[in-house]
Amino acid sequence: MKNSIAIVLILVFGVFLFQTFSYYQTKTELNKTASYYNTNTPDEVGAANVVTAIVVTYRGLDTLGEVTVLFLTAMIVGYILRQGGRERQKKNNTSEILITAAQVLIPGSIILGVYVFINGHLTPGGGFQGGAIIGTAISLMILANPLGTIPKAVLHFTESISGFVYILLGLAGLLFAGGFLDNRILPLGTLGDLLSAGAIPLIYSLIGLKVGTEISSIIANINETGNNTSKP
Amino acid sequence: MSFTIDKVALLLGMSLMMIGLWGGFTQRNLLKIILSFGIFDTGLNILIVALGYLPGRTAPIIEGIVVTPENLVNVAIDPVPQALVLTAIVIGFGTTALMLAYALKLNQHKKSLDINEFKDLKW
Repeated sequence: MKNSIAIVLILVFGVFLFQTFSYYQTKTELNKTASYYNTNTPDEVGAANVVTAIVVTYRGLDTLGEVTVLFLTAMIVGYILRQGGRERQKKNNTSEILITAAQVLIPGSIILGVYVFINGHLTPGGGFQGGAIIGTAISLMILANPLGTIPKAVLHFTESISGFVYILLGLAGLLFAGGFLDNRILPLGTLGDLLSAGAIPLIYSLIGLKVGTEISSIIANINETGNNTSKP
Repeated sequence: MSFTIDKVALLLGMSLMMIGLWGGFTQRNLLKIILSFGIFDTGLNILIVALGYLPGRTAPIIEGIVVTPENLVNVAIDPVPQALVLTAIVIGFGTTALMLAYALKLNQHKKSLDINEFKDLKW
C-alpha cells in the first residue's frame, strides 16, 4: 500500500521531468552571462580557469557563504556528537594491508591535495577539491589507526586562521581595489603563471586549508563517537 | 529524435533523481535513506552540468594552444553551471554529514536504525 503511493508520486515526478526534457533543445550559442564571463575573464581577473574566476572573484560572496555553511556543519556535527559519553572501541582490528597502504598513500594524497588547490586558477580543481583530497587522506589515516587521536586543536586553529585571513583579504579588496573579495589587490601577472590572477591562489589555498580541516574534523568527530550504544 | 551526449546525461540525471526519490520513499533503514538523498543529489548535479553543454566545445580553461584568451568565447562551454555545481556538491557533503551525525545520535538513543522505531513525533 505504502509502496504504491510512493510509485504514484515518483511517476508524477517522472512525467514532470520528462515534460521538461521534451522541451529541451541543445544550445548552439552561449547565453549573455556566460559570454560575458568567457570574454572578460582573461582581462579582468587573469585566471586561466574561468570556473575558478567565477567561484572566487565574480561570485566570491557566495563562496564565502558556502564556506560558512561548511563551517556550521562541522560545528553542529561536533556539538551533536559531543553530548553523551564517549566510549572508544577497545581493540584495533585493522588489517595489515590497510595500515601499510595508508603509510604509502597518505603523504601522496596530502601533496596531491595541496597541488590541486595551489593550481586552482590554472587547471581543473581548486580549494574545495583539494580540501576534499586532504580530507580523504585524513580519513584514511583514521581508518588505518582508529585508536589514534587527531590533534583537534591544530585543526581548529588552522581553520580559524584561514577563515579569518580569507575575510581580511576580502576587506582588503574593499579598501584597495574594486570591491569585497576583488582579486586585484595583488598584480594580475602573466596569464598562466603560477603566481598570477592576483589574490586568487592565496584565497583558494586558504579555502583549501579550511575545507580540508573541516572535513577532517567532521570525520574525526564521527569516528570518536564510534559504536557507542551503551548510554541513552 | 537524435540522442546527443547532453540528452543522454540529462536522462541519466533524471533517472538517478527518480531512483533516489524511490529510495527515500520506500526504504526503512536510515542509512539507506541518507544514501538515497546522495543519489538524488548526484542526479541533480549531472543534470545541471549537462545544461551548460554546447556541442563541439571544450572546457573553459585557457591552456594556450586550443583555447586562447581571444577565442575562449567561441570554443568554451558555459562555465556558470559548473561553478553552481561546485557549490552544490559542497552543500551536499554538508547535509550528508549532518544527516549521518543525526543518524548516529538516533542509533545511540534507540539502538536501531529502522525509521519505524521513531514514532515520538507521529500523530
